[in-house]
Amino acid sequence: MNILTGNDLKTGAVIWWDGAGWSLHLDDAADAGDDAAAIIAREEAARRVNAPYAINAERTGSGVRPAHIKDRIRGLGPTVRPDLTLKPEDPQAVHEVI
Amino acid sequence: MYQYDQYDQAMVDARVAEFRDQCQRRIDGKLTEEQFKPLRLMNGLYLQLHAYMLRVAIPYGTLSGRQMRALADIADKFDRKYGHFTTRQNIQYNWIKLEDAGDILAELAKVEMHAIQTSGNCIRNISSDHFAGAAADEVTDPRPYAELLRQWSSFHPEFSYLPRKFKFAVIASDTDRAAMRLHDIGIQIVRNEAGELGAAFYVGGGMGRTPMIAPCIRQFVPLDQLITYSEACLRVYNRYGRRDNKYKARIKILVHELGAEEYTRQVEAEFAHLLEQGIEPPFAELARIRTFFEDPAFEAGAADELDRSDPDFAVWADRNTHPHKQAGYLSAVISLKPVGGIPGDATADQMRLMAQLAEDYSFDECRVIHTQNIVLPHVRKADLYAVWQKLEASGLGTPNLDQVGDIIACPGLDYCSLANARSIPVAQRISERFAANGKGETLGELKLKISGCINACGHHHAGHIGILGVDKKGVENYQLLLGGSEAEDTSLGKITGPGFSEDGIVDAVETAADVYLAQRQDGERFLDTYRRIGMEPFKEALYG
Ligand code: SF4
Repeated sequence: MNILTGNDLKTGAVIWWDGAGWSLHLDDAADAGDDAAAIIAREEAARRVNAPYAINAERTGSGVRPAHIKDRIRGLGPTVRPDLTLKPEDPQAVHEVI
Repeated sequence: MYQYDQYDQAMVDARVAEFRDQCQRRIDGKLTEEQFKPLRLMNGLYLQLHAYMLRVAIPYGTLSGRQMRALADIADKFDRKYGHFTTRQNIQYNWIKLEDAGDILAELAKVEMHAIQTSGNCIRNISSDHFAGAAADEVTDPRPYAELLRQWSSFHPEFSYLPRKFKFAVIASDTDRAAMRLHDIGIQIVRNEAGELGAAFYVGGGMGRTPMIAPCIRQFVPLDQLITYSEACLRVYNRYGRRDNKYKARIKILVHELGAEEYTRQVEAEFAHLLEQGIEPPFAELARIRTFFEDPAFEAGAADELDRSDPDFAVWADRNTHPHKQAGYLSAVISLKPVGGIPGDATADQMRLMAQLAEDYSFDECRVIHTQNIVLPHVRKADLYAVWQKLEASGLGTPNLDQVGDIIACPGLDYCSLANARSIPVAQRISERFAANGKGETLGELKLKISGCINACGHHHAGHIGILGVDKKGVENYQLLLGGSEAEDTSLGKITGPGFSEDGIVDAVETAADVYLAQRQDGERFLDTYRRIGMEPFKEALYG
């Protein structure tokens, strides 16, 4: 699938296009299909996202998994600070992004 | 310590107001990201993997207790209660909100700090010897010259848009503790046979994609021509540096392509021209700056003995202190490398403790070391045990200075948007491995440095053992380098061969360490043994 990501303009938080808006949670990411460029242009112009880009990902049994490790780390948080990730209570989460 | 005068404060305050307005205009949509990006970078604000990152300049690494405390307060109030000390003697905050940037810069300005010129193609924070003003082996204190260069290079209009970023280091001893020859310009203050002080200029060093050791282009520049000669070096670079190709734009490439001789000839011609212009600051300015760096009121006759009855303290004192020029004093190094910890990270509470220790025991001064540790430069030997007890109680008492656990690691793929691979977990696993197998102490001095990409913020080229993270078809992979040094015997590490997985690189480092242990002769460090026996025995053990 073709998913969209960027950062929240004010907070810098990593966000994912969920089909209607932007979510903090990678697992909410929606397939933008062929509309990626149009969505990026529209959302960036409206300042609902900063520095957006499209990436390849796949939906697995446990959620959405970007093809590249960099985006998997963006989706979770720093692997060396599980307490600061989006899943601090899940000790497996860090291992799954690697 | 440097001190702002009314002009410095007014300039920094004006910049805070200007950037606050620019941030608001970005939030309001009056600036696009394309327009805003160069403005935020000029103020040290990056967009990294998880959030905005703010890099704050710490001039030649020096901080008062009040400044360190302000950094702690920013970590608490605007970030996630910690900061990361960098290999440029700066601090970075990883979780900054754009809407807070103006307030943070205002907090910094209150304690004579800023984030100006911590990014972009300009002259960056001037670095220096972290033992400056304390070490017994310096010919003079290099900090007044570092400060003069800082004042000259701050907002210098001609050098605001250089072909690439530009880094100075200034030292004043034959022992190089600042990786001087791996800078765009490295300056060593020296004394000539007539007893006069001058500056040896090393130009065109650097790490990154094309590492180079700077050649000395002039052995002795009189100190009252220091700025003029620096300006000449920069002018030739600014004129001919490769603006067409980012990867060839650093001064090291220009010096290499022209040849040191031709580059020097052009610098000398420019220097002769500039001497006629009279651009050197008046001597009175240097004299004024010097007064900021006078020795503190050391106690004459302070006890020169350490009470070593606590064996844990004795180990730390032997390992983590440096001789001081004043009898009865030492410089004490606080390791930010606990076993399994994140190199260079300190919590807000730890920063506050270090601020307090600086105030109580080190004449209100601490310094950031480029190895991502902190030094209390002037501690009475009689106070050292009390200092250590407080450090120990806060997880800051690790006795591993310059040992295998004292690893430089850049933020890597855990934080950095340019990274190919993670650096920090590799550092953590190596330090844990050597703590568990007990070899750390046996190995003695072994400087290990890790970068998450070829930009080499983790100085991997200059590690006795260096590790470079690469991206191998989307999987992290690690190259191993041996034989680098950033000391006065500067050398660049060589790659051993094919890279390793994350597990593999930890094993590979242990294998290399074992080769050293098996082959070392009396008194040899890892680096000495490598230089004597060469790469082959290591390759043989690593790849069979
Ligand atoms: S070396 Fe590369 S990965 Fe590490 S901090 Fe520098 S740019 Fe980022």
